[in-house]
Amino acid sequence: MIHASLNAYVAISALLFAIGLLGVLIRRNTLVVFMCLELMLVASTLALVAFSRFNGTMDGNVFVFFILTVAAAEVAVGLAIIVALFRKRQTVQVDELNSLKN
Amino acid sequence: MTLGNLLFNLFAAFTLVTAAAVVFSKNAVNAAMCLLLSLVGVAGLFVALDAYLLAFLLLLVYAGAIVALFLFIIMLLDTKGDTRPSVHRLSLFAKFVAVLLVAAGLFTLLTHLRLETPGVGAVPAVGASLKLYAVQLFTTYLLPVQIIGFLLLIAMLGVIVLSKKFEGLDDIK
Repeated sequence: MIHASLNAYVAISALLFAIGLLGVLIRRNTLVVFMCLELMLVASTLALVAFSRFNGTMDGNVFVFFILTVAAAEVAVGLAIIVALFRKRQTVQVDELNSLKN
Repeated sequence: MTLGNLLFNLFAAFTLVTAAAVVFSKNAVNAAMCLLLSLVGVAGLFVALDAYLLAFLLLLVYAGAIVALFLFIIMLLDTKGDTRPSVHRLSLFAKFVAVLLVAAGLFTLLTHLRLETPGVGAVPAVGASLKLYAVQLFTTYLLPVQIIGFLLLIAMLGVIVLSKKFEGLDDIK
């Protein structure tokens, strides 16, 4: 059954993406920035599933499958990098991680 | 308004509110919990779109594994929330411009969104069938599946190397 229009799904997806991007821009804790990145990924998967559902094709769904896998790998590597960074610098605040500057 | 419509509105509002809570909560643990709730909302929307397998996988992979990993790392690092406001004037200006651009893009999208929605029952719910996933993954998308397998292997090795402490050259042996 189709309960809502495609427009509604795409609008929700865009709003979710914008919220995630806002978080990436304004938060300074690297972990929260990373969570907001995940939020953006989920927003794009929502759009893919909606388009796939309303077009009757399978490709969007399969792409979401791959996105989930890549997101899992990305989170594992990203969190390992953050832990290594914390060991070295004792901070995860974006402002204080500026050793490439000079 | 049918029950389906009601549930859709409920899950959509829930997803957006909890996503906003991720961005605006000061505590990182609260942010992770709100991310979990937001993912549950998105899984509900997936169910509304007849993508049952993907809803299940989203809960399993994201809510089960990724958020748990986030919580572990937050506990491990024991970080405080955002303490100091950003001081750099150029970066503040850049953030302001970026937020403005996103808002403008969102406004344009939401006001010009005129996608055609097919009628009820006009399009078959292909995402509901498990068999179609299997057929696609093992025929058209067989090479990507293999590449993803290698990607996971590489990620696993990378994480092991990153999280191991190397004191000197002797440790590598």
